[in-house]
Amino acid sequence: MKLNSNIPEGNLQDKWQNHKFKLKLVNPANKRKLKVIVVGTGLAGASAAASLAELGYQVDAFTFHDSPRRAHSIAAQGGINAAKNYHNDGDSVYRLFYDTIKGGDYRAREANVYRLAEVSVNIIDQAVAQGVPFAREYGGLLDNRSFGGAQVSRTFYAKGQTGQQLLLGAYSALNRQISLGTVTMHNRREMLDVVLIDGHAKGIIVRNMVTGEIERHAAHAVILATGGYGNVYYLSTNAKNSNVTAAWRAHKKGAAFANPCYTQIHPTCIPQSGEYQSKLTLMSESLRNDGRVWVPKSKETAEKVRKGEITALDIPESERDYFLERRYPSFGNLVPRDVASRAAKERCDAGFGIVPTGQGVYLDFADAIKRTSAHLIEEKYGNLFQMYNKIIDEDPYKMPMKIYPAVHYTMGGLWVDYNLMTTIPGLFALGEANFSDHGANRLGASALMQGLADGYFVIPSTISNYLADVEFTKPGTDTAEFDRAAKEVKDNTDDLTSKKGKYTVDELHRQLGKIIWDKVGMGRTAEGLKEAIQQINQIKEDFKKDVHVPGSAAEINEALEKAGRVQDFIELGELMARDALAREESCGGHFREEHQTEEGEALRNDEQFAHVAAWEYNANGDPVRHQEELIFENVKLTQRSYK
Amino acid sequence: MKLTLEVWRQKNSEDKGKFETYTLDNANEHMSFLEMLDVLNEKLTKEGKDPVAFSHDCREGICGSCGCVINGRPHGPDEEVATCQLHMRKFEDGQKITIEPWRAKGFPVLKDLVVDRSAFDRIMHAGGFITVSTGSAVDANLMPIPKAIADEAFSAANCIGCGACVAACKNASAMLFVAAKVSHLALLPQGQAEKTERVKKMVKAMDQEGFGNCTNTGACEAECPKSISIRHIARMNREYLSASIASE
Amino acid sequence: MGWLKETFTSSIGRKLIMSITGLFLIGFLLTHLSGNLLLFIQDQGVAFNEYSKFMSTSPIIRVLEVVLVAGFLFHIVDGIMLSIKNKKSRPVGYKKRSGSESSFFSKFMPQTGLFIFIYLIIHINSFTIKHRVVEPGNLDFYGTVSDAFRYGWGGFYWAFYVLAMVLLAFHLNHGFQSAFQSLGLNHKKYSPIIKTLGSLYSIVVPAAFAAIPVYFRFFYTA
Repeated sequence: MKLNSNIPEGNLQDKWQNHKFKLKLVNPANKRKLKVIVVGTGLAGASAAASLAELGYQVDAFTFHDSPRRAHSIAAQGGINAAKNYHNDGDSVYRLFYDTIKGGDYRAREANVYRLAEVSVNIIDQAVAQGVPFAREYGGLLDNRSFGGAQVSRTFYAKGQTGQQLLLGAYSALNRQISLGTVTMHNRREMLDVVLIDGHAKGIIVRNMVTGEIERHAAHAVILATGGYGNVYYLSTNAKNSNVTAAWRAHKKGAAFANPCYTQIHPTCIPQSGEYQSKLTLMSESLRNDGRVWVPKSKETAEKVRKGEITALDIPESERDYFLERRYPSFGNLVPRDVASRAAKERCDAGFGIVPTGQGVYLDFADAIKRTSAHLIEEKYGNLFQMYNKIIDEDPYKMPMKIYPAVHYTMGGLWVDYNLMTTIPGLFALGEANFSDHGANRLGASALMQGLADGYFVIPSTISNYLADVEFTKPGTDTAEFDRAAKEVKDNTDDLTSKKGKYTVDELHRQLGKIIWDKVGMGRTAEGLKEAIQQINQIKEDFKKDVHVPGSAAEINEALEKAGRVQDFIELGELMARDALAREESCGGHFREEHQTEEGEALRNDEQFAHVAAWEYNANGDPVRHQEELIFENVKLTQRSYK
Repeated sequence: MKLTLEVWRQKNSEDKGKFETYTLDNANEHMSFLEMLDVLNEKLTKEGKDPVAFSHDCREGICGSCGCVINGRPHGPDEEVATCQLHMRKFEDGQKITIEPWRAKGFPVLKDLVVDRSAFDRIMHAGGFITVSTGSAVDANLMPIPKAIADEAFSAANCIGCGACVAACKNASAMLFVAAKVSHLALLPQGQAEKTERVKKMVKAMDQEGFGNCTNTGACEAECPKSISIRHIARMNREYLSASIASE
Repeated sequence: MGWLKETFTSSIGRKLIMSITGLFLIGFLLTHLSGNLLLFIQDQGVAFNEYSKFMSTSPIIRVLEVVLVAGFLFHIVDGIMLSIKNKKSRPVGYKKRSGSESSFFSKFMPQTGLFIFIYLIIHINSFTIKHRVVEPGNLDFYGTVSDAFRYGWGGFYWAFYVLAMVLLAFHLNHGFQSAFQSLGLNHKKYSPIIKTLGSLYSIVVPAAFAAIPVYFRFFYTA
């Protein structure tokens, strides 16, 4: 497998413009003859499908949801970054680029990240033109806030529902194309395989989730915008149905999977309340601006809290350990996501957790309320406090919040070159499904930016470079390759529904999630990772022999859908552990306990690991690790410190 | 918590369907309502029975996938929540809970509690957008929009498309849903160019889907998880009448 | 003219018909009431008979009557058609329905409307038909009214009227402000005023109408 990143020549600032000029074009009359499949209708997928259709391509769009509008991009709260510098605070494309590459702990390509920063400004214009109701100042101009530790205000937002509003904007662009007949929308279809003809992606196999029918769809190119894989942990802030299946099946067909061990843990989520817990809810990062994180100083006190004998209010000030302020006196509660998360885990593992499961710490607003007023706190965080109250049934104005880290985003994904094409020609990956722009750690308010940059501004240009060379013949599905792929999918579906063993799919998924969380989560060790690989293989066996999938394949069958997804999560989980084991350094979301500074911070090894690890699937043995070296010509690699 | 659940079971859209009663001993008040259904489904699976199909995804009240009528109320006995945000502490130990799908001609039942809401998409296709191709937008700050207008537009754009308005309305009317989009785009300067055509097309599409008519009862806004006000319906009526009668 | 059909067969066009005819009928109620208040004048019905004679003979009133009947017909027919369509919009109902917070009166518009329609037929039969068709020469309108309420239906005719006015009050309570909402006249400043005005109207006007049978049954002395 050859990894050619296709990074254009020239100065960082000129690369994208030069590249766009050099890309081959398809003339308008020929675009009508070319069909593109887009799988997924989140920010990346919907914006790509709409933009490609506007250019004149025929687009077939697919989602497993009942409507494109339900994709999980909708749940993003905080905002979207753009280097508009509307606030005259020294922001620029270069600064956004720099912050992003540094935030990613120098494990992303300079050229990709610069392009992202460059097109970020167009995204805001596009969204506003579509009618996205961003927050505004009294003068009627767009408001910004600072976010994720950035020193400038560059985050555009729509209350705590920025993802929703941006997705509805992209959905409306998609609707316009559907009404014009240029996009054919296929709802309730789950992609289960990609079909390769002569090594090129030429179609997909999907299951109609209502009738169970296995359908074939052919095209001249296939785009996957199918999101991240956070649900491998079972519990995450992802939507219940978010999954890796489309990306994983592409991986099994030959697309390299890059940096699977880069996963992001968000420190402020609502803790798990019991075994039945189905998902975790994120509370915006902004809460740490005013909240103080603490646990009791003594284990005995923590034990009493866990048993419900006393509450936080019974613990005197002298008995409280504000561990972030203690460990990081200069940054205190505002240390980056990964540092805050690991510190909370450390306290809970040591027995100081304050919820019955032991996995929770306090986030206390009492001082902030005393310092300012309950009213001011309500102005800032009212909707978050209400959301917390609905879930936990406790008033955070009176009782400290209980929080714990949870998986939130995955930086790894399908390897793509500068044109967003995977190692399979004609197969592209966009948004969270690819690995490209966030390196080892993503900054707040950058996920929405990347999804829309890929969909609105990158793929419409880069895909023509591929399509200019394909033949215009109408793609057909009556080929041996389609037959084989459809049969494999059908056989697997039938096999799954024939399994009536002793474990439900959720039980095995929960077991898998626990292993990955414990061993491929916030802190990883060589020993733990090796154990994880073994244990995951055991789950793989249990799944094969003893899973129970009720019902049949010819109906709406959620257990069957889940079974197919968990099958892939098990394999992905193993690859994550292997990737984490091979990366003998700590960087961003990947923390190897063997590799830390004396202060307990991530210790990178730039000599040996300033590269992308791209894994090649091997049906008959261990996956193969390939490397794409990362070349930094513009930024100097530095070590983070938050003491 | 011990619960008696009376759940609508229907194999597919052709099936007549009926209520089945189940008992659940191991629910607790910290569970969300959907987690309680998860527990029921684990139990049914273990007993070799078919689990209850229900729609869900984000489980934090924003994707709009979930929704059933619980003891006679869309999204159940809590205010400003989608079904996924409803918690079992809103019920009592030993209570009987009746769970039904959204009922409307425009929302045919596909299985158990899963309904087909594609009518909403079709209404959106008819005109729920501003015609602006990628790349043709001017700078975002060229057009100042007073904060009050932007906020009012947001209060309509807030809609999650769950369909509780239709489920709650005694006439199964989709006016609040359609009005939310019409109002959102009619308020903003960007939406002006197409506003007369948009409202006519969207209302026409809505009428073709078999939803009932609005009789201004306000049941929709009472059950809307995002508290979208019926003043947006008034705005749509105004837009429609001026588009149909006043405009040339 | 295609736009006309399209507009008035659309759901919002139909609401427009309901609201405009409704507001027209609301206006009519007020004029009707103002005339009927003559019944309370203690002059043995002279003023009322004079008024009624004018109403039943003036050509202008005859023309207006046609408009009035059209208003009623449009309101009733459109209402019936909408009710049928609304019923069809939910072919399978809910097993359990708990009272949502929507306004109570709004839920029973077709039912109260239907009752008022029946009342209307009886009302026209008792007075209009009687004087124009059955006894064209009889000009003692006052006597007809007082007899009907004192002795009609075995002494219960008055009660039927009072009941009808209670239901009319329900109908108006929702209808008054609903008409404005349907016309798109929802305004943060003015809607609360319209609501209050509507509630007042829906109590005062039917109460005044209901006072007539009550007066004749219990307080009238010949």
